[in-house]
Amino acid sequence: MKCMQKPILEVNGLKKYFDIKGGPLGRKVGEVKAVDDVSFTVMEGEILGIVGESGCGKSTTGKSILRLIEPTEGEVLFEDKDITHVNGEQMRQLRKDMQIIFQDPYASLNPRHTVEKIVGEPLLVHGMKSAEQRKERVRELLEVVGLSAYHATRYPHQFSGGQRQRIGIARALANNPKLIICDEPVSALDVSIQSQILNLMEELRNQFNLTYIFIAHDLSVVKHISDRIGVMYLGRMVELTDRDRLYGDPKHPYTQALLSAVPLPDPDLQKERIILKGDVPSPANPPSGCAFHTRCPHAMDICRQVRPEFKPVEDNHFVACHLYD
Amino acid sequence: MKLDEKKPVEAEQQIANPAKADSQIDTEEIEAISPWKDSLKQLRKNRFALVGLIIILFFIILGIVAPLLTSYTYEEQDLVNRLQPPSSEHWMGTDDLGRDIFTRVAYGARVSLQVGFFAVTGALVFGTLLGIIAGYFGRWVDMIISRIFDILLAFPSILLAIAIVAILGASLQNALIAIAIINIPIFGRLVRSKVISLREEEYIMAARAQGMKNGRIILHHILPNSIAPIIVQSTLGFGTAILEAAALGFLGLGAQPPTPEWGQMLASSREFIQLAPWTLIMPGLSIMLVVLGFNLIGDGLRDALDPKMKN
Repeated sequence: MKCMQKPILEVNGLKKYFDIKGGPLGRKVGEVKAVDDVSFTVMEGEILGIVGESGCGKSTTGKSILRLIEPTEGEVLFEDKDITHVNGEQMRQLRKDMQIIFQDPYASLNPRHTVEKIVGEPLLVHGMKSAEQRKERVRELLEVVGLSAYHATRYPHQFSGGQRQRIGIARALANNPKLIICDEPVSALDVSIQSQILNLMEELRNQFNLTYIFIAHDLSVVKHISDRIGVMYLGRMVELTDRDRLYGDPKHPYTQALLSAVPLPDPDLQKERIILKGDVPSPANPPSGCAFHTRCPHAMDICRQVRPEFKPVEDNHFVACHLYD
Repeated sequence: MKLDEKKPVEAEQQIANPAKADSQIDTEEIEAISPWKDSLKQLRKNRFALVGLIIILFFIILGIVAPLLTSYTYEEQDLVNRLQPPSSEHWMGTDDLGRDIFTRVAYGARVSLQVGFFAVTGALVFGTLLGIIAGYFGRWVDMIISRIFDILLAFPSILLAIAIVAILGASLQNALIAIAIINIPIFGRLVRSKVISLREEEYIMAARAQGMKNGRIILHHILPNSIAPIIVQSTLGFGTAILEAAALGFLGLGAQPPTPEWGQMLASSREFIQLAPWTLIMPGLSIMLVVLGFNLIGDGLRDALDPKMKN
């Protein structure tokens, strides 16, 4: 693991509630708590993985950090500067340093633009006015992500999914960002292509000294790439620790259940599976206390009433569970 | 997948030349195919659209070279030769004032195509502008603009056009303005719905994530992707506008005599339908053909531009 000096990003009490509108007048009848009080810190140069099942708020967390979705509450400190309240123009400037790679390489590239325009546009809007210089840089970026300079004149529909994702990565790299939020960058790709993209991303991290927040629902992908991993359930972070400690010694009952569901490559090996009962509760009406208490095998009385604090139980091992009070 | 245990050697090798790994055949020679070029190719294959195009080109040329084709002028009266049937002298006969109908039909092509062009352009510009503003900014802006569209659409279009002309006064120019106005909400709603669906696209969010300003996102990302339905609607709208102008002309609210406007020609000769049917058939047929032509092109364009139709 890389040495981690200082935090590059601090998320404190981030919340994103989506209003549910109903009735003939479109009044607010409730809210979906997509992200409900999430806090974590990302160190410079590390890869922080965020896992959780679909709908647990991983992507919303990522997009709220970049204010692509305006957070409801909480603060995001990027290099010790609160970015949740800066104005549009300042945020626009900050986007040079904070980038995102999207999940769907088919939807995230404008079908009417050439690769040159797609990758060159972020350069243009951040002040590289000379077309010649841009062209040069685009070619360079394409080579960096493993495409060829002659691909620049083509359109997205002429590429495969893996190649498109490389274009998306080149676009994110254009302005030499410090932090990249990877929003399930490989889940739309074939397994054989996934490893190529993951290796490329690791290489780029080393080459350009990047920091990633790597959002995924595939546990093996996250295990492969991350230094530290956070587990989310129903809009909340339930556990956050080093990769090896999470996989070796999971503390939170949800993490334990999640890890027990990872299939083993050897069909003869039997392992004890923790089968969770019931469905994930609706984020519009989350359970009181600990959100997981409805399905937790170890639920106690206190779990139904008091929301557990997200706090370290060991050095650098955060858990939100009353079992460790 | 067990990526962590040992990195597959294959993957490592592929990294060296991943472009090759992703697709086997990939050389510099592969031509860039822009979505526009692709659509044009589709359009060329469409026979009906081609027929439509020929019809429209025929009328455009007819309008342009009208003075060369005939020795008469469109307002020249010849009361001795009233209601003459088609002959070598008068190819399409003469009307009740002895005017050469072929000359009037040919000059009428100018009027009708101009009406279509200006009415559609006006509706297109204002409709698209309002539609984009409503769709992109949403909330109360959308609320106000959409309600204005609803009000305009609540009236039958021809009734609204009559009302507007009645206020402005009967003339070809005012008829044109009226037609443009009644077509604004049609374009506006189309563009608005397209923009609303585009706004949710990931590449629009990507554009924001890159740090682009609203103006740039609208001009470079939203507009080029919503232009296809606008083009289709313009072509179809061209036909409707000509029809509406003819209707207003027929009611005496559009072009005033002696302007050779097809609808107005129909109106002034409808009393002679049994005595001299050619006075009606020719302008009527022209209206029908032009509208048909534009509809054929419009349908062809829709098929060519709609990505869902692609196989």
